[in-house]
Amino acid sequence: MVHQSDLIEHDIHAYLKAQEEKSMLRFITCGSVDDGKSTLIGRLLWDSKLVFEDQLAALEVDSKRVGTQGEEIDYALLLDGLQAEREQGITIDVAYRFFSTDKRKFIVADTPGHEQYTRNMVTGASTADVAIILIDARKGVLTQTKRHSYLASLVGIKKIVVAINKMDLVDYGQARYEEICTQYGELAQDLGFEEITYIPISALKGDNIIATTSQTLMLETNMPWYDGPALLTYLENVELGDRATTRPFRMRVQWVNRPNLDFRGFCGTIASGQCRPGDCVVVPSSGLQSKISRIVTMDGDLGIASAGQSVTLTLEDEIDISRGDMLTVPEQRPEFADQFEAKIVWLHEDALLPGRSYLLKAGSAVTPAQISALKHKVNVNTLQFEPGKTLEMNEVGVCNIALDRAIAFDAYVDNRHTGNFILIDRFTNATVGAGMINFALRRATNIHWQAVEVDKQARAEIKKQQPKVLWFTGLSGAGKSTLANLVEQKLHSLGKHTYLLDGDNVRHGLNRDLGFTDADRVENIRRIAETSKLFVDAGIIVLTAFISPFRSERAMAREILEPGEFIEIFVDTPLAVCEQRDPKGLYKKARSGELKNFTGIDSAYESPENPEIVINGAERSAEELAGKIVMELFG
Amino acid sequence: MTHLEQLEAESIHIIREVAAEFENPVMLYSIGKDSSVMLHLAQKAFYPAKPPFPLMHVDTTWKFREMIEFRDRMAQECGFDLLIHTNEEGARQGVSPFTHGSALYTDIMKTEGLKQALDKYKFDAAFGGARRDEEKSRAKERIFSFRTETHRWDPKNQRPELWNIYNAKVKKGESIRAFPLSNWTELDIWQYIYLEQIPIVPLYYSQVRPVVERDGMLIMVDDDRLKLLPGEEVQMKSVRFRTLGCYPLTGAVESEAATLPEIIQEMLLTRTSERQGRLIDHDQAGSMEKKKQEGYF
Repeated sequence: MVHQSDLIEHDIHAYLKAQEEKSMLRFITCGSVDDGKSTLIGRLLWDSKLVFEDQLAALEVDSKRVGTQGEEIDYALLLDGLQAEREQGITIDVAYRFFSTDKRKFIVADTPGHEQYTRNMVTGASTADVAIILIDARKGVLTQTKRHSYLASLVGIKKIVVAINKMDLVDYGQARYEEICTQYGELAQDLGFEEITYIPISALKGDNIIATTSQTLMLETNMPWYDGPALLTYLENVELGDRATTRPFRMRVQWVNRPNLDFRGFCGTIASGQCRPGDCVVVPSSGLQSKISRIVTMDGDLGIASAGQSVTLTLEDEIDISRGDMLTVPEQRPEFADQFEAKIVWLHEDALLPGRSYLLKAGSAVTPAQISALKHKVNVNTLQFEPGKTLEMNEVGVCNIALDRAIAFDAYVDNRHTGNFILIDRFTNATVGAGMINFALRRATNIHWQAVEVDKQARAEIKKQQPKVLWFTGLSGAGKSTLANLVEQKLHSLGKHTYLLDGDNVRHGLNRDLGFTDADRVENIRRIAETSKLFVDAGIIVLTAFISPFRSERAMAREILEPGEFIEIFVDTPLAVCEQRDPKGLYKKARSGELKNFTGIDSAYESPENPEIVINGAERSAEELAGKIVMELFG
Repeated sequence: MTHLEQLEAESIHIIREVAAEFENPVMLYSIGKDSSVMLHLAQKAFYPAKPPFPLMHVDTTWKFREMIEFRDRMAQECGFDLLIHTNEEGARQGVSPFTHGSALYTDIMKTEGLKQALDKYKFDAAFGGARRDEEKSRAKERIFSFRTETHRWDPKNQRPELWNIYNAKVKKGESIRAFPLSNWTELDIWQYIYLEQIPIVPLYYSQVRPVVERDGMLIMVDDDRLKLLPGEEVQMKSVRFRTLGCYPLTGAVESEAATLPEIIQEMLLTRTSERQGRLIDHDQAGSMEKKKQEGYF
């Protein structure tokens, strides 16, 4: 009996009082359809009376139509959500299920076990306290068992239930159960779990799912040799170990609340630790300190607030704090750096490209960031390290990450709430990666910019010019190099100090180690952008003539320069004209298949959205067009 | 923390995140119990300030009269900024659940009405009170649910959501529907209303009301637009509503539950899921999912 029906019927007030004390547990079930995962969750919902009569009627109809259990009820059908998926017989993504007993409310993340498994499981597991790893008793520990366990450990789950299912199909044999326990124990040795609980079950028949009276008394059970808890008993009683509360105080500011001039509150969810009025807090980004004066809520001020609570803090001093800043205790500060090493799980079809600029969101802090190095990939099946230049969807890698500005964070192993981040593609806005920070890179924290006396402005003044970058972009054969050359000649004759970076002079030297894959193209442009920045710093007008096909990299080049310094010149010559010109015979090779990844043919060119200048290279002579550019910029 | 404290804190986190990340958010207010909880949470999230976004009600003109009275009273008492939108074209054409059938009516007055309103005010985020436990297809819904420029929901093109970090980036014209009550169940909602003493529309409480039996449901005769069919007669029965919508589409349940504990008691002792009282879900298999793709909440 899961809910106390008697109490509900006879003393609803007492029942409601008891409900107020319930806690919440999130768990994830890992396994494939064949392991009976959906059947297990369906059974938990069923046995805790979360299936209603009309759902039951629908279930009976569906079971006969598409069920896999003959005339019997197919519990798995309770879970399949989307129509198209149901018809294909697969579930995609993560579904959340709810059930409750008198002790706890449960949220189950249900993820299917097909090829997109890593992405889905990591998503579902990111909020879970406990993972249930399902093992088919007939098959024992499989490759996927290892994968599930690694991913659970990767996202920081410390408590594991190994549910050895389908015990009815191995005659409820104790020897088989013990054999699997031993196998799993070896597998999990290095995964850092704090607690592993083994439970032999049959989801289909209901053995050891819920403790019945006869099971409690160990009468008439199918597995009298097992004296551990039933699955639900475990879930109801497992300690949630509120370690977040005992860690140093951290809160990222989500919202600054200013209803009037007399009130300035900092709203956020406490990530770890506790705070009280009078406690000292520091903002790591500025080093400014103050004391908490009030913890404000609509239900009245609090004397103490702990991890997990959403609160509004007011401080004694007016110090500058905005969204994304972290409030912490001064004695145990988080890391504050602009480079760190992290594990990244890639979630998107477009592969991770080192050097490309992504948006990194850590709590409420958002900043552009680049993967500066992909150190190695981790094979999620063998846990071996493998070299790699990019990360494909569902791959896990260890990377160095460089941020445009420093943020406060902790290592993920120390704090699950301040050591995590997501990566967002800056053009599609898709969530492309999930990251768990390992540690700050020391060179980031200890190397400070060398302050120099002679600065960019001083150097530019000597030359009597405003340094900038004229960034020519367009297809091969569009006329970028020709135009850039003519523009440089004109500027030179006007007494300007210029420098032209061209594909060929850069590719033969600085970038000769790079090829033409997407990853290499990104790195190529990154180096050119950084080189341009140095020339601009030297006071020089730089002209660059590169296809530079991706918006992300051009945006990155624009961002590392001061506003107004980056002039994007889109040489918008139609593909047909470029192909006809074909000055280097490259289109011909690309069309015949001899040359791969050729922009415009089998590799994309992403047109600029808001270029400063657009030139159609087919309209007028290069000489006229160059004159027009110079007029427009230096009039 | 208890489970309700935790749910409350997580919902407040979501509401603040939307307010901080979007330029022009709105909270959709359906006047139902879930909306009442969502509004209460919004007040908590920004106290002592008022929520920094307006509330909007898409009025199909077929809501229960008591709902409209409650809405106007709440607007006055709480002092929130209330926008009301009706699909005027649909109303002019006399689109009603009786003449056009529940599917077409819902599409025109509710789904279209909502899209019109979102376009009119150019909202880039809209809070909804939907819960994942309501219906199977909602179990996979994100907390930040991405919508295209035409307000469509593409189940294959949703962003993965990890931890409590929400991706709020949208291009012009695109939007996010945010569901701060995603992880609440019906029981959680009722317990929270009980604990926090949140006002709800009196229709949730049992009372003797005039109803007719139609298609196996008890439909309340809320005004004279409901025409009796041959063989139908108005009966006075002690009924209440488990869910509120347009009165011709919302079935009452016979009940004596006149207090919150009695409602909760009744809910726990019966085994009928919540949306059964709503006609629109039964139109066809997976119908809620189809409606969602088209832009219905």
